[in-house]
Amino acid sequence: MLTVDSVVKSFGRRKAVDRVSFELATGEVLGFLGPNGAGKSTVMRMIAGRLEPDAGRIRIGAHDIVQSRRAGQRLIGYLPEGAPAYRTMTPREFVTFCLSARGHSGTALRKARELALERARLGDAANQQIGTLSKGYKRRAALAAAIAHDPPLLVLDEPTDGLDPNQKHDVRALVREMAADKAIIVSTHILEEVPAVCSRVIVIDKGRTLIDEDPHEFASRSRTGRLDDAFRSLTRPAVQETPA
Amino acid sequence: MMRGFAGFLAVYRREMRSWFTTPLAYVFLAAFAFAAPAFAFNVGRFFDTNRADLATLFAYMPWLLMILMPALAMRAWAEERDRGTLEILLSLPVSVGSIAAAKFLAAWSVALGALIATFPLWIAVNYLGQPDNLAIFVAYAGAFLLAGSYLAIGQALSAASGSQVTAFVLSVLASLILTMAGLPLVTDTLSGSAPAFLVEALAWSSVLERFSAFEHGVVGLGDIVYFLSLIVFGVAAGGLQAGASREGGR
Repeated sequence: MLTVDSVVKSFGRRKAVDRVSFELATGEVLGFLGPNGAGKSTVMRMIAGRLEPDAGRIRIGAHDIVQSRRAGQRLIGYLPEGAPAYRTMTPREFVTFCLSARGHSGTALRKARELALERARLGDAANQQIGTLSKGYKRRAALAAAIAHDPPLLVLDEPTDGLDPNQKHDVRALVREMAADKAIIVSTHILEEVPAVCSRVIVIDKGRTLIDEDPHEFASRSRTGRLDDAFRSLTRPAVQETPA
Repeated sequence: MMRGFAGFLAVYRREMRSWFTTPLAYVFLAAFAFAAPAFAFNVGRFFDTNRADLATLFAYMPWLLMILMPALAMRAWAEERDRGTLEILLSLPVSVGSIAAAKFLAAWSVALGALIATFPLWIAVNYLGQPDNLAIFVAYAGAFLLAGSYLAIGQALSAASGSQVTAFVLSVLASLILTMAGLPLVTDTLSGSAPAFLVEALAWSSVLERFSAFEHGVVGLGDIVYFLSLIVFGVAAGGLQAGASREGGR
């Protein structure tokens, strides 16, 4: 479903992503991990067609995201970092806007919209202005817009950031539910989510892929078998590991 | 093709909604409906001219539009960038050209509403005398094109600026230069020191010169092409600038 091949992206002189490569098939949920500034969001923005890579290729299904950007973007549901959405719209209007822009209309649009609002569990908040909603509901509104057109590839940048434990549980359940017929990439800082949701883990740091394996292999990298220890041992700078 | 149009229509509707679900458009329309006749009555001395026409309204139109159109244009791209919604917009399967065109046409529709808000004055002159309604219509068409030109330039600067305030200031400045270029104050000052062709080119490029053709009802194809070119240039520049953010940064 997705092929990321030696992708490079620089901002000025800083190389944000340096030859990152991976493939993702339908049915896989990829946990995309890394410290802040590692390049996770940049990779996700490139997959979503929001940024163009300086080098390398990204294919969504049969479409190259640079050469056939719009065809590729039709196959993607993207939840950007911070879950931005139009403040003066209600979640229902926002999902309608995203679906209309994707060419949906009439009954098909209404059905897709109502299903997405229900799956994102917006409830009565679906009719309140997004600007007046709590962080959790804003995120759900953006999530509903990302899944509404039932895309075969979902790119979710920190979908549970700022949610309470119940909301996190709901989002994880939703990702698991959708995993059967989609390829899903989820970036997160919450390592407990990885075994709960992901079938595979990629850790990147300073723009480079450090590991690409299943969550159990990843956990076994640490002597304690804990994911956060495994993550720290991979990404903590050497100077901090050996205090002076 | 249909899909491309669906994207355009969705963005146009969203833009129109965002104007009319907040007080923005209403404040703007009210300000225009008040300011335009205020100029005509107080500065243009509408009643003292003793003529049944709208010459005094259109004489001050470029100056009014020069300030108010940048206010309408400044949010086009800068707000999307500020709020992070450009991320949503540019990840939709819609061409940036469609987005730019939709944003422009939505703002231009509000500008049309503002011009329509001055129609009571048109009705009034018909009540007071027998004006040349065709000439008034042509002048309104000119004002609409002029408003579009200021808007397109403002939206291009909104795409290039980091903030709405910067976009507004730059747009007013750009509109001022475009307007002032044809004034005798500028051309006479320059005629002593600058080559004649430069002074002529400057006068030629002035919106004031082109708009006066509409005011006097003697419109050439060149005048229409001039305004349409400014509009196409501004919309394209805004779209290209927004699209260029795909190459790096926000």
